[in-house]
Amino acid sequence: MARIGVFVCHCGTNIAGVVDVTRVAKYAGSLPGVKVAVDYKFMCSDPGQNTIIDAIKKYGLDRLVVSACSPRMHEATFRRTAERAGINPYMVEMANIREHVAWVHSDDKELATQKAMKLMEMAVAKVRRSEALSKMFAPIEKRALVIGGGIAGIQAALDIAGAGYKVLLVEKEPSIGGRMAQLDKTFPTLDCSACILTPKMVAAAQDPNITLLTYAEVTEVCGFVGQFEVKIKKKAKSVNSKCIGCGVCTTKCPSKKALSEFDEKLAPRKAIYTPFPQAVPNVPVIDRTACTFFLTGKCKICEKVCPTGAIDYTQQDEFIKEKFGAVVVATGFDIYDHSNYGEYGYGEIKDVITGLQFERLISSTGPTAGHVTRPSDHREVKNVVFIQCVGSRDEAKKRPYCSRVCCMYTAKQAMLLKDHYPETQAYVFYIDIRSAGKNYEEFVQRAQNEYGVLYLRGRVSKIYERANKLLVKGADTLSGAQVEIEADLVVLANGFEPKKGAKEFAQLFHMSSDQYGFYNELHPKLAPVETAISGVFVAGCCQSPKDIPDTVAMASATAAKVCALFAKEKLEVEPLIAGVNQLTCSGCETCYNVCPYSAIEMKDKEVKRGEVRHVAEVLESVCKGCGACVGACYSKAVDLKGFTDRQVLDQVETATAPITDN
Amino acid sequence: MDNKVPQLNIVGFLCNWCSYAGADMTGLGRNTYPSNIKVIRIPCTGRMDPMMIIEAFHNGADGVLVSGCHPGDCHYTEGNYYWRRRYPHLKSLLEHFGIDKRRFHASWVSASEGKKFAEVVKKVTAEVKDWRDNG
Repeated sequence: MARIGVFVCHCGTNIAGVVDVTRVAKYAGSLPGVKVAVDYKFMCSDPGQNTIIDAIKKYGLDRLVVSACSPRMHEATFRRTAERAGINPYMVEMANIREHVAWVHSDDKELATQKAMKLMEMAVAKVRRSEALSKMFAPIEKRALVIGGGIAGIQAALDIAGAGYKVLLVEKEPSIGGRMAQLDKTFPTLDCSACILTPKMVAAAQDPNITLLTYAEVTEVCGFVGQFEVKIKKKAKSVNSKCIGCGVCTTKCPSKKALSEFDEKLAPRKAIYTPFPQAVPNVPVIDRTACTFFLTGKCKICEKVCPTGAIDYTQQDEFIKEKFGAVVVATGFDIYDHSNYGEYGYGEIKDVITGLQFERLISSTGPTAGHVTRPSDHREVKNVVFIQCVGSRDEAKKRPYCSRVCCMYTAKQAMLLKDHYPETQAYVFYIDIRSAGKNYEEFVQRAQNEYGVLYLRGRVSKIYERANKLLVKGADTLSGAQVEIEADLVVLANGFEPKKGAKEFAQLFHMSSDQYGFYNELHPKLAPVETAISGVFVAGCCQSPKDIPDTVAMASATAAKVCALFAKEKLEVEPLIAGVNQLTCSGCETCYNVCPYSAIEMKDKEVKRGEVRHVAEVLESVCKGCGACVGACYSKAVDLKGFTDRQVLDQVETATAPITDN
Repeated sequence: MDNKVPQLNIVGFLCNWCSYAGADMTGLGRNTYPSNIKVIRIPCTGRMDPMMIIEAFHNGADGVLVSGCHPGDCHYTEGNYYWRRRYPHLKSLLEHFGIDKRRFHASWVSASEGKKFAEVVKKVTAEVKDWRDNG
């Protein structure tokens, strides 16, 4: 006979404020097999866990039900508690009476209490059928894959490599560096972005533990923590390893059709190119969609001028398949495209530019060598209007979130403008100034007080082109006046949005995304860099918009997680897997066909003395416990540990029975 | 609709990775829904054995909801596709047996769709209530 203990948590007032927890505990005490039922303020706290341990010892319990929060939150906690008291950790069930009851049924305490009693009773019914399971171990491939070569990926790779583990850093573009390489200066210190980034790029390239793979993309992922098998497409660079990076080919290339992605399409680039002069690796690639030879069959100038014979027009995309123990996803973000803002000219007015374009204009490595001129007629500028919250905090554009960095980068850009051209005037239209961060508020104050940037609280209703000027109409809600500014250039503070293709990429790993497409962390507070997929971590702006310090911190955090994983000899894996009763297995191979992991093997086996039959067998180290085979089995020969047919059916039976509470 | 619908019993089977997490998200966002649904956590909708649903109705459940990851997002790659194929067959079979179609539902709710889960439960509860009240 089972000896069950039921522990009902108040979670402060989170649960107890809605659910009558003492009634739940009292009802639990009346259920068959329940030897003790108590309630306590915080079950997960140290005294709470000790209450459980003491009860286990005092009443000789062999299984537990904890009625508290979601098992996704604290199942692991209470399993460890059970283990500390000498009970098998898989003899623990949780009844989720916080997320599924108290927080969603706060409008009727009686119904909420009844439901909490029912959920607890269902957990008791399930735990009655629980079996002791022993832990399983799997090997770990101690090599990490970092996807995305921006500052997040670089930092994560450097930190993991620094701990002595091998890293493969994959970048889609021809060079690592990412968005940060495009920036001129960084807030709030105004130090030059390249000066702090390029040394890190070089360090990543030179680290003996890091292998760089640029111009490459992840196309397929299978496996799981410790054993990811990843297929990577190495796009044809058309330049082989003989290249010494002299750059003659780029200089001589006659094609000017393509626009530079690095310069945010403000300038043309050659068909054979490195994105920027400090590129790492300093090896050009041929953009076949722009190359004259690939388009017309004639030219081959780069081949002629190359001193080392590094040009190879016949190169093909190449696929490699490698194994990794852990993955850091640092795929970054895109800038919001303002072409659906009618009031800002639908992206059709040339002198209305994005913040990132402004970075390229004011950068000494940019297309204008640092001269801020109008893209339309290359005249120097006098009045510049900055508009905040473009594609941020805008419910109508389905971008209600704050992109967090725009207030700061606008202040920075206005200051840089004034630094370069003291006679210019910068105006900033804003909703609120969000400058939370070390020395951030002081920075914005400096922009206003020392640099004379004019901040106008309000939105812009229209931008017209008139007589070579841009007429910016808006409201200053603080003075209540309508404002009209004659500007030479308008800079929009475009917010961040998920990288194009972020959703398809998430599906490779089965990661979940939020409603906008940013990747979900496992827990918003306590597991901010983990994902629901064990062994896959997220860093930087692919998770949410953030500034450079936060990105770097997050990247280092992922590295710490990867190193902690790699420091283990073997990986402990959940024993919640399928098992076949070979006596009843008919050998139909249905399970073999539905298993997504090829974890079922068909064998001719002596199942009874003298009776050899064709039966299924589960490869324990491969099975992930999805239960597809269980749902498909015709003869009920497969079952899933932790979610057995019997357990689920008992839960169903309890769920549909009335509460017998007096 | 009103969240208080007495004497109506709905069993919900939610996959651990998307819909169960989505239902947790409903709680985190403090969105309310009728309390009739009792949730059973399963690893994946691919694990759903039609027997469980039949057993629920057999035991007197007024309604059943099965919810999993959106197609393409299954934590186990393809479990929800198996469920997606099973569901219409089972639904028509149950109808044939006299289980009104308003009583049996399936949905896709992701881990971030807390609000959607509340909407789904409201809709399912309303349909089951409609069946009970109006036949």
